Amino acid sequence: MVQPTIRIEQLTRSFKMGDEIVKALKGIDLRIEQGEFVTIMGTSGSGKSTLLNILGCLDQPSSGDYFLDGVSVKDLDKNELATIRNTKIGFIFQSYNLLARTSAIENVELPLLYNPAISAEERRQRAVDALKKVGLETRMGHMPSQLSGGQQQRVAIARSLVNQPVILLADEATGNLDTRTSYEVMNLFQELNEHGITIGFVTHEEDIARFSKRTVVLRDGNIIKDNIVSDRLWAKAELNKLPGPID
Amino acid sequence: MNYSNLIKIAWKAIMLNKTRAMLTMLGIIIGVASVIAMLAIGEGSKESIKKNISSMGANMITVRPGAGMMGGVRQGMTDMQSLKMKDYQAIKQQAVLLKDISPLVNGSGQAIAGANNWPTSIYGAATAYLDIREWGVEDGSMFTEDDINAYAKVAVIGKTVQENLFPNEKEVIGKMIRFKNIPFKVIGVLKEKGENTFGQDQDDIIIAPYTAVQKRILAQDYLQSIVASAISEDQAGAAVVEVTSILEKSHQLREDQDNDFNVSSQQELIKTFSATSEMLTVLLVAIAGISLIVGGIGIMNIMYVSVKERTREIGLRMAIGAKGKHILLQFLIESILISLTGGVLGVVFGLSITFVIAQIAGWPVSITINSIVISFVVCTVTGVFFGWYPARKAAQSDPITALRYE
Ligand SMILES: Nc1ncnc2c1ncn2[C@@H]1O[C@H](COP(=O)(O)OP(=O)(O)O)[C@@H](O)[C@H]1O
Ligand SMILES: [Mg+2]
Repeated sequence: MVQPTIRIEQLTRSFKMGDEIVKALKGIDLRIEQGEFVTIMGTSGSGKSTLLNILGCLDQPSSGDYFLDGVSVKDLDKNELATIRNTKIGFIFQSYNLLARTSAIENVELPLLYNPAISAEERRQRAVDALKKVGLETRMGHMPSQLSGGQQQRVAIARSLVNQPVILLADEATGNLDTRTSYEVMNLFQELNEHGITIGFVTHEEDIARFSKRTVVLRDGNIIKDNIVSDRLWAKAELNKLPGPID
Repeated sequence: MNYSNLIKIAWKAIMLNKTRAMLTMLGIIIGVASVIAMLAIGEGSKESIKKNISSMGANMITVRPGAGMMGGVRQGMTDMQSLKMKDYQAIKQQAVLLKDISPLVNGSGQAIAGANNWPTSIYGAATAYLDIREWGVEDGSMFTEDDINAYAKVAVIGKTVQENLFPNEKEVIGKMIRFKNIPFKVIGVLKEKGENTFGQDQDDIIIAPYTAVQKRILAQDYLQSIVASAISEDQAGAAVVEVTSILEKSHQLREDQDNDFNVSSQQELIKTFSATSEMLTVLLVAIAGISLIVGGIGIMNIMYVSVKERTREIGLRMAIGAKGKHILLQFLIESILISLTGGVLGVVFGLSITFVIAQIAGWPVSITINSIVISFVVCTVTGVFFGWYPARKAAQSDPITALRYE
């Protein structure tokens, strides 16, 4: 039997704020199978980022279980978490988080610098391949400042792909982009997903969620809805419906 | 993660902020350069002192009347006349650690040759004197035992005396000079020796048989000093002890009496002077070292700013798999690279300063490999020491908080 990529059980996360305890997640159960494209929805403050940070092994649950690719994450120490992030997770942020004055290819290579098993040649090769996948093979030497927001986010996506992760996790990845560019990025995610890459995608925008296969809705730290997207849209088709780009 | 990757990352960070890195390095550059220059000057002066003192005769042992040490308070007249010919004879007969020995009497006055006159000193010595001083004649010859026995009025003169009394003559051997109206025949010219440690011109001298000087010029029965040479430099200390004990017996001093003479070796003189110069060197290097510390604090300051500025970068690196130790090493290597690069430039700069000082001021300098090695070690230590705390702070960041940092 194939392991679910993600399995969480009765997961909670609370933060101490002075005397107060903020319960950001209040006992969540969730399974994400290999090849899924799940959107995590919810209003601001509902716990989306908190959940995604735990899924991405940036944070540990206060209680409950989390299995990533069959590994129980809650027993791991800081260094082991770093290794998991380095080998199994691809993270994409709202604000791209590319290193300034560092070329696209070097930004993409970055995760592999922390993996001693990968040689310099393989690192370069994989970075080139990842940039090809996001359609930026002609921009490899460009600095982030020479790229548009959408291109920067595609570099960030290439960076998240370079370590061949078991899941891509994106937190409001289209939040800084205009509609057209958002759709382009969503088209890229859909293509990657069609090639078998599992994606967990946080957004609060309804129309963006319709590009995924399944939506999970959070409210006040609980999952209130978990649906298959019945009226799924294809970003490529939606792009054609948009008024043409103003050059 | 291999170190070459970390070094690459750190080097890149430095290159992205060249001006700032250069300014930070400046402290280290100045610190290292001054340490190098100060050590070179200190070592140089120590060596020149050694050479100068040795130029008076490396194995030389000097017996002086009076208990006073060099620069100390001298006793009364009788004490100053306590060295006699019988002391010289006693030492000459009994000492086994001495190679050569000579009594020494000296006086100063005008030397006259024809129309020229020149104030100088005359030294009455034995034939061995030149060997003791590791000196030789350039022209003519030294007087002999026979000359001493005959109270002969013959003299060997130094270069300075020759130049002042015979400015126009090439050949001075056989010429007559008068010292305090006593005529002496010049039979030799000494090789040039230059100034000694105290700035005295060693070539401003007339040497004649001690018998003649003692009787005909000074009319005294005591000796100003006795000089001797130990059989080797190593034996100089033992020879001092031997000579002291011979003189104690010869002077029939009681247990509770202070010696009315003192014996010293050049080695002691070298030690005394080296110690002074060493102290000075330590002081100068300490001051230079303080500027290195200030430079180090500059690095710490910049590393703090750098860590703060790059909080998001640190968060990102951690999010994509960097461990605490990677971040720690990245910043540590960065600060070591800054201080080491500063060190290299500092050494180059320091060597240049040293060279310029040697050329322009004419000071004696001596560059040792040690001072360069020490500089590099100190720079590395500075980099680690002052880089550690900021790097540690960076390594302990929480990735989520760091990523949110604006
Ligand atoms: N580090 C933290 N310290 C205290 N409270 C936090 C922290 N992170 C998140 N929270 C709280 O947890 C709740 C969920 O936050 P978050 O997961 O960021 O929401 P979302 O991403 O859905 O907007 C919020 O009430 C927020 O204030
Ligand atoms: Mg959020």
